Amino acid sequence: MSAVPEQTAGGEAKALVSYDTHPDKYAHWRLAFDGPVATLSMDVNEEKGLRPGYRLKLNSYDLGVDIELHDALQRIRFEHPEVKVVVVTSAKERMFCSGANIYMLGLSPHAWKVNFCKFTNETRNGIEDASRYSGLRFLAAVNGAVAGGGYELALACDEILMIDDRSSAVSLPEVPLLGVLPGTGGLTRVTDKRKVRRDLADFFCTTTEGVRADRAKQWNLVDHVAKPQSWAQALKEHVDRLVNASGRAGGKGVALTPLQREVDDAGYHYRHVDAQIDRSARTVTITVTAPAGPQPSDLAGIHQAGMAWWPLAMARELDDAVLMLRTNELEIGTWLLKTHGDAGAVLAVDQALAANAKDWFVNETIGMLRRTLARLDVSSRTMYAIIDQGSCFAGTLAELALAADRSYMLHLPDDAVAAPKLALSEANFGAYPMVNGWTRIRTRFCGEQAPLDAARKHVGEPLAAEAAAGLGLVTFTPDDLDWEDEVRIAIEERASQSPDALTGLEANLRFPVAETMETRIFGRLTAWQNWIFNRPNAVGEEGALKVFGKGAKAKFNWERV
Amino acid sequence: MSINYSERIPNNVDLAHDRTLQRALEHWQPRFLDWWRTLGPHDFEANDVYLRTAVGVDAQGWASYGYVKMPDYRWGIFLADEIPDRKIGFGDAFGQPVWRQVPGEFRAQFRRLIVTQGDTEPASVEQQRLLGHTCPSLYDLRNLFQVNVEEGRHLWAMVYLLHAYFGRDGREQAEELLARHSGDADKPRILGTFNEPIEDWLSFYLFGYFTDRDGKFQLKSLAESAFDPLARTCRFMLTEEAHHMFVGETGIGRVIRRTLEVMKEIGTDDPEAIRRHSAVDLPTLQRYLNFWFTSSLDLFGSEVSSNAATAFANGIKGRPDESQYDDHVCADATFALEVPDGRGSIATDTVPMRNAMNEVARNTYVKDCEIGVKRWNMAIKRAGVDFEIALPSTRFRRSIGAWADVPTDPAGTPIPREAYERRLPAWLPSESDRAFVHSLMRPVREPGKMAAWIAPPDRGINNLPVDYEYVRAG
Repeated sequence: MSAVPEQTAGGEAKALVSYDTHPDKYAHWRLAFDGPVATLSMDVNEEKGLRPGYRLKLNSYDLGVDIELHDALQRIRFEHPEVKVVVVTSAKERMFCSGANIYMLGLSPHAWKVNFCKFTNETRNGIEDASRYSGLRFLAAVNGAVAGGGYELALACDEILMIDDRSSAVSLPEVPLLGVLPGTGGLTRVTDKRKVRRDLADFFCTTTEGVRADRAKQWNLVDHVAKPQSWAQALKEHVDRLVNASGRAGGKGVALTPLQREVDDAGYHYRHVDAQIDRSARTVTITVTAPAGPQPSDLAGIHQAGMAWWPLAMARELDDAVLMLRTNELEIGTWLLKTHGDAGAVLAVDQALAANAKDWFVNETIGMLRRTLARLDVSSRTMYAIIDQGSCFAGTLAELALAADRSYMLHLPDDAVAAPKLALSEANFGAYPMVNGWTRIRTRFCGEQAPLDAARKHVGEPLAAEAAAGLGLVTFTPDDLDWEDEVRIAIEERASQSPDALTGLEANLRFPVAETMETRIFGRLTAWQNWIFNRPNAVGEEGALKVFGKGAKAKFNWERV
Repeated sequence: MSINYSERIPNNVDLAHDRTLQRALEHWQPRFLDWWRTLGPHDFEANDVYLRTAVGVDAQGWASYGYVKMPDYRWGIFLADEIPDRKIGFGDAFGQPVWRQVPGEFRAQFRRLIVTQGDTEPASVEQQRLLGHTCPSLYDLRNLFQVNVEEGRHLWAMVYLLHAYFGRDGREQAEELLARHSGDADKPRILGTFNEPIEDWLSFYLFGYFTDRDGKFQLKSLAESAFDPLARTCRFMLTEEAHHMFVGETGIGRVIRRTLEVMKEIGTDDPEAIRRHSAVDLPTLQRYLNFWFTSSLDLFGSEVSSNAATAFANGIKGRPDESQYDDHVCADATFALEVPDGRGSIATDTVPMRNAMNEVARNTYVKDCEIGVKRWNMAIKRAGVDFEIALPSTRFRRSIGAWADVPTDPAGTPIPREAYERRLPAWLPSESDRAFVHSLMRPVREPGKMAAWIAPPDRGINNLPVDYEYVRAG
């Protein structure tokens, strides 16, 4: 991570948070490779917090630590296809990880906490995503005490091996110690993933000291335990077993080149993605451009293109734009999603993706697109798709329209050629499941089969406004006379409404009907956590989070709300 | 198995009528004895040892002397007398009545403190289990065993609290105190220092003087606790702890006295010459002291500690001798703390007093340590020797807190890491120092005789002569 100095109109530099880093620059993690095994050792440098005012003691983390973790996972995905097993462990003695830094949370404004939690949640979901789709196996080698977010990180791994030294404990002490929830998926994964009985989970989550390895195993909080002297042997055995269980294909890695990003007053600019900010309107127009030149259709060409291959380059840029906007542009509440270019080129890329999906690199590229789109789904910003002339909402890019809260498609009754078209490809029916396990188009139809089948009959067909509206793929289709006013008013009206209410509304409507562990994390757990994060019992002057470590006791308002 | 509790286990907690405690102890006591036989002093089970046993808390009761075989020692459970109407002496609940039970709200914190304190007691017995083989005299051998059985009793004291006030969880924790073992790679003791074996008597005395003194200050802090049974337990333990420090202080004093005698005899302060006469040269002693003092400093914890602040605020753990302070709440008070400035110098940080309670305790500890040092230096001066024993700075060789891994010289002046690495052998015991000290460790078991490297004590135990047979074949 780094702080990118941004020149503002006044000439003074404002420090932006960026998500760029490289293993050579890691302050908090060590990433080592040994054949099919990558070892990610947490070794937090307490002096190097992202923001001033706290020290990252006891392997605790802040956004900066997690940005490195995220980067390391990306490197394993793209640069190290030979890796089958990732061991997540600690380089500290008798301390695996004590979770998110409490002083950081105490000092941070609400929005920072929420954005931090969202990113860490996405990164942990990304671990499970890599297990599910890339065949990577993650083993948490918990070689010391583990608490809070540290255990939540372990929970995201496929298996947990814990040291049994008669003193190290696993705990989720957020409730009794801090008056908040284990909000990075902990509460949900304990029950939904590990099937810990709710009464035991209730006890476990309300005791500060947690439980030691023997009981942790008994309650299925961990999978395996090993004593210090047999630790190395046990670790090796589990790693060997997981290497054999991994379905990851392997191949020659592709270097994750740094993103080319330009930041100026107007916004964030990349090769295929451009985010133009209108500060007075509090909107940003995110335009994704279709591939311009010829794109490879065979594996050799795709591998040769590497990071420059359009779907991957575009996904990385869009992902970064989303992160930059979420972290640095809190007041830009309405995102206008646009596309530009040749829809045929986009559909050709979809074909190349589908035809070569078994290849590790193509598979990872699809994964990058899947996670980037999933990041959009959980972003607390209004998203309108603006389908205008010259646009190319086709196949993979049609996902942007399907992800949006609403879409406006220009209807040109007198010019069938110039009229914008939307096109579906097979990718829309399976390549990019949302965190609810459904495709965006199925989610759009609340799981109803009939409209889904109807839409699927038109795969590959350019659909002008009326046809698209007829299939329920777009919301409104103003004609060229109404277009400007109608779109302008819709945006202005939206931007004037309560940002909190909109965030809640969107989060509800984007995930209808189907629930998964991930939606429960982003919905139920996060929503409650964010409520608690706003309550005086946590963040008031005498709230638990504020007074932690200062030697004063939290003063609660005892009313149950 | 039925136990006659008041006979077998001297106590003032009405054990005979307490079914809960009986049930817990029925299970635990045999395990304790197994532990003692396996990991207590090696090889002296059958000997009669002239030991002090506490059979009551009054002046007569707490020191009852007689021969006993160590496994038959009557480890008792004693709380200092209750102080009527005792009030909480510090923190947010200052002035309110003390607690007779553990408040549920603070259960975990109390349990952790008691377990951590309790864990050190058997740990030190384990660390010292082989020392008996190389005793410098029967008098010292007896003192070692007295310390050992009392550490055993201190374990009982903590186990009593766990059994009596923490339910099933407390019973499990009590078992764990016997399951962890010093230096065991699979189940080590909680605090690092307590996993290093104590292999020579010089280290034993320094451990007694410096490390047990940390124990004294921890007990003093806990003796202030709002949880009255803990406070009373610790108050009584302090009377016994004093003897351990006496063994340490007089042991070091006797080593020095013997060294001064040798120096006078041979008329030189050349360490090699002194060593050839089987005495410990003073620079070597200073290096051993540097090692034990600094590792004991770490036991107080970080200079700035949220745990310490919480423990103080909630009335769980006070400052040693809390009554000597004016402000017992310290809500707004601050503490000027010396910290590394990151550029090779010392800066001053102002931190909330409550967060600095570890440092406050450490400072009073250092003052207490200086008393013995002064006494030893007086003896050295009286002998006309130009050498002064000095405590290193609290910034030197720290592994915990603001000064952890900051290279300084013993005076606490920050120095470059390279210079630190280079000069460290002059400041800490070297391999050859240790080899030399080990070479002195030959058992002397004839009553009244002393090893060549240590002078006899001024007086014996309980007004008995020094040449009394304090340990005899059973």
